[in-house]
Amino acid sequence: MSTAPLVDAPVSVLRRALDAKDISSVELATLFLDRISARNSALNAFITVERERTIIEARAADARIASGEAGPLTGIPLAHKDVFCTEGMLTTCASKMLSNFVGPYDAHVVTLLKKAGAVSLGKTNMDEFAMGSSNETSYFGPVRNPWETGHVPGGSSGGSAAAVAARLAPIATGTDTGGSVRQPASFCGVTGIKPTYGLVSRYGLIAYASSLDQGGAFGASAEDCALLLAAMTGFDARDSTSLDRPAEDYAAALAAPPANAAKPLAGLVIGLPREFFGDGMSGDIRAAVDAALSQYRALGATTREVELPNARLAIPAYYVIAMAEASSNLSRFDGVRYGHRAAEFADLADMYCKSRGEGFGAEVQRRILVGTYVLSHGYYDAYYLQAQKLRRLIAGDFQRAFGECDLMAGPTSPVTAWAMGAMSGDPAQMYLADIYTTPVNLAGLPGLSHPCGFDADGLPVGLQLIGDYFSEARLLTAAHRFQQITDWHLRRPAPAV
Amino acid sequence: MALSSEQIERLARLARLALPDDAVDATRIQLDSIFDIIAQMRTVDTSGIEPMSHPQELSARLRDDIVTETDRRAAFQAVAPQAEAGLYLVPKVIE
Repeated sequence: MSTAPLVDAPVSVLRRALDAKDISSVELATLFLDRISARNSALNAFITVERERTIIEARAADARIASGEAGPLTGIPLAHKDVFCTEGMLTTCASKMLSNFVGPYDAHVVTLLKKAGAVSLGKTNMDEFAMGSSNETSYFGPVRNPWETGHVPGGSSGGSAAAVAARLAPIATGTDTGGSVRQPASFCGVTGIKPTYGLVSRYGLIAYASSLDQGGAFGASAEDCALLLAAMTGFDARDSTSLDRPAEDYAAALAAPPANAAKPLAGLVIGLPREFFGDGMSGDIRAAVDAALSQYRALGATTREVELPNARLAIPAYYVIAMAEASSNLSRFDGVRYGHRAAEFADLADMYCKSRGEGFGAEVQRRILVGTYVLSHGYYDAYYLQAQKLRRLIAGDFQRAFGECDLMAGPTSPVTAWAMGAMSGDPAQMYLADIYTTPVNLAGLPGLSHPCGFDADGLPVGLQLIGDYFSEARLLTAAHRFQQITDWHLRRPAPAV
Repeated sequence: MALSSEQIERLARLARLALPDDAVDATRIQLDSIFDIIAQMRTVDTSGIEPMSHPQELSARLRDDIVTETDRRAAFQAVAPQAEAGLYLVPKVIE
């Protein structure tokens, strides 16, 4: 059969093609590997691709399919953010510090997806140590937005978002500490979900801010995200914050016929946080979000205003917590056990300082310095403890608001993908653009971004849905209903090369 | 907030980061603007609010006191900058 339509196909269609033996997993993986070969130089979405390794995994998947033991993802190609450890394969976190680091074991997420029979195409580019909102801090160079290569793809999971948008991979993993799945999904016109904190194991996920870090999924649609997320979740004793809960079949939830076919979202109350519809948002984004909300109402949902009065404190609270935890987590990189070691040094202390000074990029160093300050003697209560108290206030706001609605909606970002370099001179300015995503991480809630239009320059706009704890199925189902009556998620960028 | 160059150098020492002399000023200016954002939260009255360290209030799990790890020293030391005879090598610290 012709392989062209398969590049754009949802995972369900790939599944049927594999099961019907219309195409083998090796052929499917080759199709995407060839696309990566042709287009990655223009987008820089991947850091590491090992063709042979991918083909070996695909052959194993074909054997499984032939023996009738295929699961939903067996033989389906995917990409991993380079923050997840992969045994025997480079795991760089987009840092010079780990540019030579070959993972000695697989992250739990990688293990689960291998067991599911998914075929890894390679490791995607990202902001260094997941610290950034534009993917410009990567040691391996910035990722380019497939919609407009002079613009950023968002971050920190920009490589995964760009790979899915440009169809270099049908689905991809990511991580979201302050918006790093949802914001690049929004900037690249794809769907991305960050689940409730604790659902995806952090074992083998190189730590940035441990109380916020959470694995997530990218796909063209909510349907594809549902399949990937279901395979990524599950209790893992090796992560002390992993939650022991029964597995959920998100795909089955999406497939269940609604009680009211004409109004499939009848009864659903969508809260619109007043603080998310203020002055900071551009007109194009407001128009796209308003149009999307009209579609949700057409599907039977009702909307009402809710309040998150402490959400304005999310940016400072988030950055204090994230930088404090980062300064602690990244103290492990000392040039002794793994990672970069300086070539010349006077003594042990000098070796630490030079190895870290050379190995970490400027943004990582800034965050370590701020984190070191807020955790230093005499400042802990004023900064870290104060931020943790604000965190409880923000989480409390969400709980009160969920007394009045089933989920919340608003823009994912106040801006669309900005031009490369536009914000890199002023990191603080870039932090402020995380205003709608960071409150969700502080509260530990699930959030999803799906495409809902374009700005005047043709850059994608994302709508963020926020759910109460463990409401992933509800979030994915709402987005799926939206995508059943709209085609934003089917739009594709013109080839960059 | 305005940090002095001496404070930046002290932080760099605490964080074990070699900061080139010509980077101190630029770092100071960028850190100042970050602390300007952070300053907004310092004035909020949070008396009586319990700090929240994790979204789900979990207590530490206990496990059986049995060996669960296998010996993977060779694999872990394969990625070390310098290892010999099962030891990580560092510059001499005791004369």
